[in-house]
This record gives sequence, C-alpha cells and structure tokens, in this order.
Amino acid sequence: MNSRPSLRFKPQSTNVLRNWLSISTIALLTALAGCAASNNQSQTASSPAASASPAASSPAASASPVQVEPTGLLAQVLSRSKIICGTSGKVPGFSFVNTQGEYSGFDVDICRAVAVAVFNDPSKVEFRQLSAAQRFTSSQTGSIDIISQTATVTISRESTVGVAFGPVILYDGQGLMVKKNSGITKIEQLAGKSVCVQTGSTTILNLTDQFRKRGIAYKPVSFDDNNATFAAYQQGRCEAVTADRSGLVSNRSKLPNPDEHTILDIVLSKEPLAPGVKQGDPQWANVLNWVVYVLIQADEFGITSKNVDQIAQSTKDPDIRRFLGLEGDLGKGLALKNDYALQVIKQIGNYSEVYDRNLGKDSPLKLERGPNKLWTDGGLLYSPPFR
Amino acid sequence: MAIQVFGFKNALGLLRDVRFWRIVGQLFFVLFLVWLGTTLWHNLTLNLQKAGIQIGLNFIQSQASFDIGERIITYSPTDSFGRALFVGFVNTLRVTGIGMVLATLLGLVIGLARLSDNWLIEQLAKLYVEVFRNTPLLLQLFFWYFAGFAKLPSIDSNTPPSSLFYLTNRGLALTWVSATAATGIWIGLLTLATLIAIGLWQWRRWLRIERGVASRTWLWAGGAIGLGIILAFAITRASPFEWNVPRLNATELEGGLQISPEFTSLLLGVTFFIASFIAEIVRAGIQSVPKGQWEAAKSLGLKPGVMLSKVILPQALRVIIPPLTSQYLNLAKGTSLAIAIGYPDIYFVANTIFNQTGRVVEVMLILMASYLGVNLIISLIMNLVNYSFQIKER
Amino acid sequence: MSLDLAPITDSPPVSTSLTPWNWARKRLFNTWYNIILTIAALLAIGLGLKGFLVWATTQAQWAVVSNNLKLFVAGRFPDPLLWRLWIILGVIIGLSGLTWGKLQAKERLWTRDRLLIAAGIAVAIGLIPISFASRLISGGLLLLLLVAFWLGRLLPSRFNRWLAVAWALSFPLVFWLLRGGFGLQEVQTTDWSGLLLTLLGAVIGIAFAFPLGVLLALGRQSTLPIVRLFSTLFIEVMRGLPLIGVLFIGLVMLPLLLPPEWGQPDQLLRGLVGLILFSAAYIAEVVRGGLQSVPRGQLEAARALGLNPLLVIGLILLPQALRTVIPALVGEFVSLFKETTLLSVFGLIELLGISASILANPDYVGRYVEVYLFAGGLYWIFCYVMSIASQRLENSLGVDQR
Repeated sequence: MNSRPSLRFKPQSTNVLRNWLSISTIALLTALAGCAASNNQSQTASSPAASASPAASSPAASASPVQVEPTGLLAQVLSRSKIICGTSGKVPGFSFVNTQGEYSGFDVDICRAVAVAVFNDPSKVEFRQLSAAQRFTSSQTGSIDIISQTATVTISRESTVGVAFGPVILYDGQGLMVKKNSGITKIEQLAGKSVCVQTGSTTILNLTDQFRKRGIAYKPVSFDDNNATFAAYQQGRCEAVTADRSGLVSNRSKLPNPDEHTILDIVLSKEPLAPGVKQGDPQWANVLNWVVYVLIQADEFGITSKNVDQIAQSTKDPDIRRFLGLEGDLGKGLALKNDYALQVIKQIGNYSEVYDRNLGKDSPLKLERGPNKLWTDGGLLYSPPFR
Repeated sequence: MAIQVFGFKNALGLLRDVRFWRIVGQLFFVLFLVWLGTTLWHNLTLNLQKAGIQIGLNFIQSQASFDIGERIITYSPTDSFGRALFVGFVNTLRVTGIGMVLATLLGLVIGLARLSDNWLIEQLAKLYVEVFRNTPLLLQLFFWYFAGFAKLPSIDSNTPPSSLFYLTNRGLALTWVSATAATGIWIGLLTLATLIAIGLWQWRRWLRIERGVASRTWLWAGGAIGLGIILAFAITRASPFEWNVPRLNATELEGGLQISPEFTSLLLGVTFFIASFIAEIVRAGIQSVPKGQWEAAKSLGLKPGVMLSKVILPQALRVIIPPLTSQYLNLAKGTSLAIAIGYPDIYFVANTIFNQTGRVVEVMLILMASYLGVNLIISLIMNLVNYSFQIKER
Repeated sequence: MSLDLAPITDSPPVSTSLTPWNWARKRLFNTWYNIILTIAALLAIGLGLKGFLVWATTQAQWAVVSNNLKLFVAGRFPDPLLWRLWIILGVIIGLSGLTWGKLQAKERLWTRDRLLIAAGIAVAIGLIPISFASRLISGGLLLLLLVAFWLGRLLPSRFNRWLAVAWALSFPLVFWLLRGGFGLQEVQTTDWSGLLLTLLGAVIGIAFAFPLGVLLALGRQSTLPIVRLFSTLFIEVMRGLPLIGVLFIGLVMLPLLLPPEWGQPDQLLRGLVGLILFSAAYIAEVVRGGLQSVPRGQLEAARALGLNPLLVIGLILLPQALRTVIPALVGEFVSLFKETTLLSVFGLIELLGISASILANPDYVGRYVEVYLFAGGLYWIFCYVMSIASQRLENSLGVDQR
C-alpha cells in the first residue's frame, strides 16, 4: 500500500478510503482519549460526594472555631476513605502477610495508627507492596500516601528525593550476618569475598563506604528484592549478607537453620528508620508526626491500650487530659478529631506494645530494645510535648 | 485553490472535498497531540516542583558511591553516575553479544534437528521448542538462578584447592590464558606469518590453475607459519602465554576465567528462550527452499554438508534474516530482566540510580536512548547482512 | 545431520502402512549416524527421565504446592468469597462449551482426542489434593462443559448472535463478581493475585491491545502524513524499549504526568496500561503484514460496489488481513500472556509473584524447583492450548485454501 505520486492529482477510490480510514483513526483515538479523560474527571468529581463517610463529614459539621479544615492530601484521603500505605510486605516483623492473609508488622501498625487517627478505623488502609527502588518515586508521584518501609532518614532523601520523613520509629544500625562456621568476626576478614546486598537502599552505599575506608576489595552481589538477597545468601552464593540489624534478625528467623548464622558485632552505619510522606504538604506531615509521637508519649505517660479508658475517666493531670483530647483543641488543630490520641492508643497501643508485639519479647524475633527505649530509661525515644 | 477558499460557492465545494478534510483532520490531530504534550509536560514540572526536584542532567557527573559487582571496564565507587550507567551498558552489550552468537548456533542446531529424518531427534527438538517457547523468560531466569545454580556444589572443605575448572554455586572458574611479556611479540610474528601464509597459498593456487604446476599449498603455508613460530620462540625464549589455573583462596575462587552465576543464568535464560524461536525460524526458512533445489544438489553428487552450506542455507537465509533480526532485538530487550537475578546491566544500574537520586525522568530518557541505540546497531548490522544475501542479479 | 528431503506437507504419514519394525528401520536406524544419534538420544532420555522420576518421588517435597494450591490459583482473594470465582469459572466454561460446540457442529460428536482430554481432566480432578467440595464443583464444571458442548452443537445458527451477546455480557458480570459493589462485598484490586491476576491481566491486555494495535496498523498505512508519522513513531519507540522500562513508565512515571488533583489511578490499571501499549505496538506490526497482503483489487471492487469506507475496512479489508495473520497474532497473545510475569517486578502479585511470596515462607524455604516447575507447568498449559487453538482456528477458517 505504498502511496504513489500520481494519486495526489486524482484522488482514486483507494485514496478516499484511506482518508476515511485515517480520519476515523483520528476520531477514534481522540474519542478514546476523551473518554479516558472524562472518566477520570467524573470519578474524582463524584467520589467526595458519593463516599462522604461520617468520619469525613464530622470535622466540617462541628463548626468549632479552632477546627482546621482538611486540605491537600488529608482531604484526598478523607474523600477516598482509605489511606494508601506503601510497604515491603516481605520483611518478617516489619511488614508481611500472615497466615490469615492480613498484613501485619511494625511498619504496618504505623499505617494502621494513622488510619485510626483519621478514620477511627484501623482497617481503612490499603497496603501496596513496593520494591526498595520504587518506594520513593511512588511517594513523589503521590501513588501512595505514606511510605512505611523501614526507610533510613538521610539528608539526600529529604533534599533531592523529595521525601518528608516523620519521627524516627526505630534506631537501627547496619550489620553483617555470616555463617557461624566461617569463623569471620571482623570486616577485614571479608577481603576479596562476596557480600550479598540489597540495592536501591542506603545499605549498598554504607557497605561501599566501609570497605573503601579500610581500602579492602570485595565483591558485591546485589539484588533489587529483599527475598532474593537472602535467598542467595542462604544458598551460599555469598560469604556474608548485610542489612539493617533488625532486618538481619527478622530474616534470620526465616532461614532453615537460624542457629547456624551469626550477626557480627559490627555496626556499619547509623540507620534511623522512619515513615515518610511526600514533601510540600505540611498538614499531612503533621498528622503522621503527631500520630507517631502519640505512641511514644503514651509510653512515657504509662498509658496502654488496656488502661487508657480507665485513665481517661479518672485522670486529673492536665497534661494527660490535653493529650487524650479531654480538654483543649490539640486534635482539631491537626484537622483530626480531638480524641484521636485516645483512639490510637486504644486500638493500636503505645510504642512498647507495638514494639513487643512485632519485634520484641512477644514476637518470635525477640529483638532487644537497645537504643529504642524511652529517654527516661536512657534510650533515644523522645516526644515533643503535647501542648 | 487557497485563494478560492473564501468564495461561498467554493466553500461548499470545499466541504465536500475530501482533501480539505484530510488537512483539517490532521490539523486537529496535531493540535490534540500538542495539547496532550504540553499538558503532560506541565503536570510533570508541577509535580516535580512540588516534590522539590529539578530536571537536569548535571547529576550525571556527581559521584555514584555504590559499587558494581561485575564489570569488564574499570569502575570504582568514586566514579560518576554516568560512568556507572556506562558500566551497565557495557554489561548489557556483553550478554547481548554472546547471547546472540549462542542462541543462533543453538537455534540452528534445533531447527535442523526439527527436520531430521530421525524420528526421535525430531521429537526431542519439538519438545525443546514447545517447552522453552511456552514458558515466560522471567520464570526461566528464576529457574536457572535459584533452582539451577543452587543445586551445584557449594565451596566447602571438600573443594580441591586447585583445579582445571570449578563448577560451584558461586560461579564457574575455567583455566584461561594470561598474557606475559612475550605475548606481544608472539602475536605480532604469528599475524605476520599468517598473512604471508595466505599470500603463498593464493600464489600456489594461482600457479596450479594457470600453469598446472603441482601446488602443495599446505606445505608452503604451513612452512611459513612454522617459520614464524620458530622465529618467535628464538626471539622470546618463552611460551606465548601462561596458563592461569583457578585456585581456591579460603572460600573464594581466584584466577582463571571467572563467570558469575548471575551472568551465566541470564545468558542461559535468554539463549535457551530465544533459541526456541530461532529454531522455528530456521525450520520455516529451510522448508521455504524449493524441493527442486535439494534434488538438483543431490543429483550433482554434493555431500550433505556441502549441499546444506552452499545450496540450501544461502537461499534459506533470505527468508530467515528478517525475523531473525527481530529475535535479536527481543534478546537485547530480554536482558533487561537481569534485575530479577542481580546481574548489573544498564536497567539494573539505572534502577539503583533512581533510588539514590530520585531522577526518574532523566535516567529513564538515558535508558530509552541506550536501548534504542542497541536496537539501531543490531538492525543496521542485520540489514547489511540481509543485503549481502539478497539475490544478486547479474 | 541429515535432513528430510521433502518439505513437511499435509500428506498422511507414510509410516501408517509400515510395520513397526520397518518404521523403526526407516525413521530411527536408516544410516550409521542415525543409529548413533538414536542410541545417544535414547540413553539421554532414559537417564534424564530416571533422574527426574527419582527426584520427583523421593527428594521433592510437593507439600509446598499442594498446601498452597489456593494461593497459587486465587492468590489473596478472600476465602469466604471464593464462590464468586467458581461462578465466574462456571459462566466462562459454559459459554466456551457452547461456542466450541457451535464451531465444531459439523464434526463427529466423540473423537478419540476429546474423550481422552475429558478423561484426563476427570482423573486430574480426582488426583489433585483439594477439598471434597472443590472436587465436587470441579467435577460439576467438567460435566457443564460437556453438556454445553453437546447443546452448542444442537443450537440453530440464529442463536449465534445471542452467543455473542452472552459473551459481551459476561465481561461486566465477571468484573462485578471480582470487584464487588452493588450489593456484593468489595474486593480490593490489590487482593487480585495469583493465576487469577495472570489470566485477568492477559484477557484485559488482549481485549484492549488488539483493537489498539489494529488502529495503529491502519494509522501506519494511512496516507495522512501526520497520522502515519505518529503511528510509526509510537510503534518503533515501543518496540525499541524493553517491557520492564515501559512498565516503569506506567507504574512509576505516569502519576507524575497526570494532574495532581486526579490522585492515583489504580496500580493494576497503570501496570496494564503499560502492558497494553507495549503489546499494541507488536500487534500493529503483525496486522500491518496482513493489511499489506490484501490485494488492491479487493478494495477497488468494494469501493466500486459503493460500500462506505468504514464498511470497506470492516467487511473487506480487516477480515482478509486478520485471517492471514492468525498464527502470528496468537503468537503475540501468547507473548503477552507470558509477559504478565513482569508485573511481579513491580509488586503486582501474579502467578510468578505469588510463587516468590510462597518461597519466602519459612516453612518452604529452598523449594525452588518444585514451585517453579509447577508455575512453569501452568504457564505452559495455557500457552500451549492457545497455540493449538490457533492452529485449529486457522484450519477451520481455511487460510490455506484461499
């Protein structure tokens, strides 16, 4: 069907056909694009009206002067009536799918706590599994509301990647795991050996730095996926595997003979792990920050999910009364309900409860609290005052 | 015609003129595309601005600070992101190039086996094609890497300290040659000797054909090469290279030619997968050669090998090359699945950079340009090959 | 290596008239090198088969497959709602049976192949480790297939249209049953996983990529320079990129390109858009081949009869063009089916993704061979059935005869 020059002068039958054909192509393409556009618009336009849940409408209804109107991402979340939370879904203790098919873990509980604060319902979260490399771009692009994926707070991630991190929820450090019978105890002994590492995280950068500092050559074997990294280590592809120490502990529990592996007493780097949101939305960032602080502050006050109702009824302490929303307008200032802290503690628990349940003494991992104790106990956890 | 547009009479004619609608339709299409493009670009800048990201290629020069496990050009973590991407690109080319050669050979063998008069061989070839063509490449890669290499012996106390070759779950190590001081002289002299030998060969052949002199081409050519070897040995008094035997240092293999499990798995994966398609192309190509050609070749008394290489394949190639080209392109693109098994190809490196810098758009554009470049190179070479096999009318 | 002299044709095999011994002499032991090849091949097959059987029966632990069968097939689809998947399966099987019966109405009712396949499925239902209820339903579905097939043969041809309508209606029904709403409990698209997601992705992918591919092919053949340029550019750029890159654009970059107030389109939707655009470019090239094969005279004749351009395309051009490219087209569909695996790289848990998740379970660490063989087997069955069906379709449409 090559076009011939002669056809230009005399539009022949086939030529006419082709015109029609092309015009109809255009028409169809345009129509398709138009449909797509109008569909999307109608969806966004209609959804707030259609799904105005009681939780969403109540802040507007209670016309209190201090009640801040939800804007930006918080308004979007309310109209969608669920939070989209990006998580790895593959790290025991932090986020994984349990036998009932439910997401569970430390990272997961943070998202659930935010869901309680916003909707008073821990189930209004949709979890999306993201690879390490995907998580920040996903938050930049706004395909997720919160990243809760054992992400390390770094300057470049805040400055150039565009993530606004919340408070640190776990002070961790990068470690190395080797087989016990290898006799390795120092980094120097890994000279010239292969080390399995997950790319797309700070782990690979720290590893590179540590070996550069000591001037030792090594062979990185890197993977995009956490499971693949540990699978390769387990098969003997590498002499050692590196990850955050909490990650090493949790992944060791998945290996067939956990006792044959040992985590070296070396800390390669500081790894403060925190949830994050997209930059440029202070209201939504505040919601995340002050939900995490509620967990820590409740721990400091000694309020747990068990005694919170009783304390709320009996307490005279103005600090606690303000904290639980019994007086003052702290919650309203966040464009949430005033008793959001009370609900979070009641339905999720305080920091100790969350930690023990997922990582600590009540979990199979039995991870020591270490620096993750309250500042009053000599740890690093510290919540700014609720005032 | 353009002037008459404004006349009423002609305007009606214009509306009925299909040429007018052609132009209007296209104009709308262009407008639509321009609108789409500007909207998308506007959204992109808006979204990136919100996230606090500037678009620009300056970051290419900043320090990468991550290491790349497997490379054939020098690279250190202090090099730039650009260098890291280039290392990945070379890795992609490496696996693509070797994969193309291996997949072609394997595909040719399987394709010929599909036409074998031996029933069993034919069925085996068919089984191969059906199995590898009908399962996903990614699954095959996982299989080779996690199920294949995992089952190889691991390095432990039973592993011999030195061996001509190792086959372990940490990769292959083969005895290889390494250059010595004498290597340069050896190569130079041998090249010279070979050139002289070819010249002598041609000359003796010419003598035989033109003058009827007994040629003894082998003697002359062999003599020249032998002389070259003796001369080289006399000058250097050393062998041209050293054998580099792999050995075990504690728990890591050293020396020899080391091939990582990641590279091997990827190579095996794409080779076996693409070879199953090439086999079908080869089969169809050979079947397209008219029966008369076979009969004519046979009746001339050609041996099967000569018949195949001189009569059948040159004709079949004309049918084979165009679809073969697209399989090569598929192979090049298929290597991008390396990310699943940890071979640092360009997509893998790009993915790491996305995460370290958040430069989605720029890195994606570089990635697109690289793959389009590889495709262009393959298409160009294959077009040249195709041209040389076309029927030349005399 | 020796080659058949005759190109393979449809002529009946000669071997039928030979005794087994003569056949073996002719096809296995006719020359000395064939004798060597045959013996070597027999040895290899024997050793390989023995090794596999010993491994499969003694070393392999198939519990990883049998315990997770539901996960492989339906993924994280909520257990109490599984009945919806059974209904979907029933609807599709019923309609397929009717259609199949219609297509083969002129042939014999019970061929040996058909009986063998039915018996094979029945045995498989009896053997696979599923609950008694599931076994009962599976058996019922097999019966449904056979009954529908039998009914399909009896249906007069005026029901053809109704069958098409039923197929068209089945899509919204299936979507409703999967997604919920309108009185049914909702299921998140993130809970669609396993083989369910693979099949869903492939079907939706084909359903959208095919028409888009046809449009692009027509666009590339157009005389309008801008339309042609756009189509060509789109096709060539898409074909130049690896799918993983296209999916990256769809899943990670697309939200950057949309207005911020649109929010986030569903992750599955974005993945599928990438897959569809990619496949459409390949399908367009196949269809273009078909369009080029339609003789010019056909169009001129149609035009001379006074058909309007859309009818010319719909009734004359496309039917002829598509018929000639059925094998290549099905080849592209098979590719698309296989390429759904790449969605797993981006966190969409289709069959391969759920396999990886199952392998991450501490109870089944290291059972790679079993899991990948099983998943590979499932993929193989679907791809093989598709290619066989394309051969049948090609024969029944008589591509060669025209």
